[in-house]
Amino acid sequence: MSQHVVNVLLSGVFHASILFLVAAGLQVIFGVQKIFNLACGSFYALGAYVGVSAVGWYTAAGGPPALFIVPLALAGLAVGAVGLVVERGLLSFVYERDETFQLLLTFAVVLMMEDAIRLTWGTAPRSTAGLYLVYGQTHLLGATVPVYNLIVIAASLAIAVAIGWLLTRTTFGRIVRATADNREMAAALGVDLRRVYAKVFTLGTALGTLGGALVIPATAAMSEMGIELIVEAFAVVVIGGLGSMRGAFVGALVVGILRSIAISTYPELEMLLIYLIVITVLVLRPRGLFGGAAV
Amino acid sequence: MTGRLLVAAAAAAIAVAPLVASTYHVLLMLPFMAYAVVLLGLNLLFGYAGLVSFGHALFIGIGAYTGAFLTSHCKIRSLEVILIAAAALGALVAAPVGALCVRYVKIYFGMLTLAFGMVFHTFVLKFYRLTGGDEGTPFLRPSLLGRSLEAMPKIDYLVGPYYYYSLAVLVLATLCMWRIVHSPFGLCLKTIRDNPAKAETLGIGVTRYRFHAFVISAVYAAVGGALLGPPIGNVDPTLAYWTHSGNIVFMTLLGGFTSFFGPVVGAFVFIYLQHWVMSVVPYWRLIFGAILAAIVIFAPGGLLGLLTPRRAAVRL
Repeated sequence: MSQHVVNVLLSGVFHASILFLVAAGLQVIFGVQKIFNLACGSFYALGAYVGVSAVGWYTAAGGPPALFIVPLALAGLAVGAVGLVVERGLLSFVYERDETFQLLLTFAVVLMMEDAIRLTWGTAPRSTAGLYLVYGQTHLLGATVPVYNLIVIAASLAIAVAIGWLLTRTTFGRIVRATADNREMAAALGVDLRRVYAKVFTLGTALGTLGGALVIPATAAMSEMGIELIVEAFAVVVIGGLGSMRGAFVGALVVGILRSIAISTYPELEMLLIYLIVITVLVLRPRGLFGGAAV
Repeated sequence: MTGRLLVAAAAAAIAVAPLVASTYHVLLMLPFMAYAVVLLGLNLLFGYAGLVSFGHALFIGIGAYTGAFLTSHCKIRSLEVILIAAAALGALVAAPVGALCVRYVKIYFGMLTLAFGMVFHTFVLKFYRLTGGDEGTPFLRPSLLGRSLEAMPKIDYLVGPYYYYSLAVLVLATLCMWRIVHSPFGLCLKTIRDNPAKAETLGIGVTRYRFHAFVISAVYAAVGGALLGPPIGNVDPTLAYWTHSGNIVFMTLLGGFTSFFGPVVGAFVFIYLQHWVMSVVPYWRLIFGAILAAIVIFAPGGLLGLLTPRRAAVRL
């Protein structure tokens, strides 16, 4: 019994740690630029496919299987550069417009990215065959867990701490928070908004692509994975509160674990339960659990 | 005056299309007319009330599933009954959903509608016994005006009686919407869109007006959704998915949300362009994404906005 509970909890936490990365990307972009980035799911899918390819090349080049996580993570981070292209090439034209247009522009990216992925990698699911269990499995409180899951959980925690450090302890973080608070005032004090926006959007994208790359050994890359994940990431930020990093962390845990419990007990409820929580939160406390005055 | 002439010419062209155009093009007119009804309603929210819903596929789904359910499970084939039931059910669901959603504007309104849309999508996907899950439910051929047309070949039925039935519904829906947006109610909505605080001080019940607009747009979406069913013959959950909601907002923006007929033009261009692109390459999303991006950046007034450059600057 306890073994079952631990299994469900750990798979929930694993899913939560991936969700946190994507949701953190969504949050940092919303917090600073006030853009709700529908394309975060597409970036996640892109990261997954690039991760599969990178690991494929690495294995073909004869790299030791135990180190496959290095090219995987590096590829996931590197492809985050696509965020810079999207920001400079598309979004920078509509900062003066209503947020509806910014939302629709990210929807355009969703459409384009879905087919760009199909065009590049085809429609068949892609996976990194056999590498998931390369680190073996371990026993934890009677349950059997792939070590890879624990590595991802630890990596996600480390990234959470790193983001916290970046935002609260560095000059860049202070500028970012000042811009999120009041962009006119920040600009008046000499902050170059163009640079801040470009950096923040790229950071947000890289978090999403890294999330996609890290999830891939445990599952397979599919072209629909992006538009499916966006609704979960959306649930995370609504529950946690738009723009809040702590909110992304807690929201990801709530959504990840609830989803895991629902799947193992009453599969019909899976996402229904999460959407109902989202609606309850939006109705009772639209700023989410941790949303502050930033919205 | 030229505007009226243009509309009359367009209506006449649609009416004679089955006589002159190829069957392929005439069949494409059916989803166009269904979407035109949906978009007339959506634009009451988008263009006139300034609220962008990312969950209207919910109501399209309700309309389509109402028809599929009545024809497959209840042996009710009359399209009049189906449309009235779809409208009633659309309004019934829109009342609580709208009451919650219209308390918010902008991004929160969009998110809340998206969440409700996904609740419905998950519901139809998971409750297999009632809805057929991802396989969907068949939408059996409805009878029109009490006449069962079961014996007719499917194509003849669709390009003949069903075509003119859809056209009649579209014309009726257009006339009703024209009355609505030119009534004091429509003017109040525009006032609310442009300056909610001022509207409030003028004694306009902002939330109440938004709520009414939401319910009306949901009824339109449900009726349009029911019309979408018969040509396909099957109703599945993708109709209620959030990307479908995004696509209908896209259509509205494509035609131009600032004018009354913009969304109708948008639906027409979207449907024909999509089928044309798909006949050349399978990657229509790549091209349509680029088109959407170009419209948002360069022509936020849509196609009709391009034709009338002297119009007041686009605002929302």
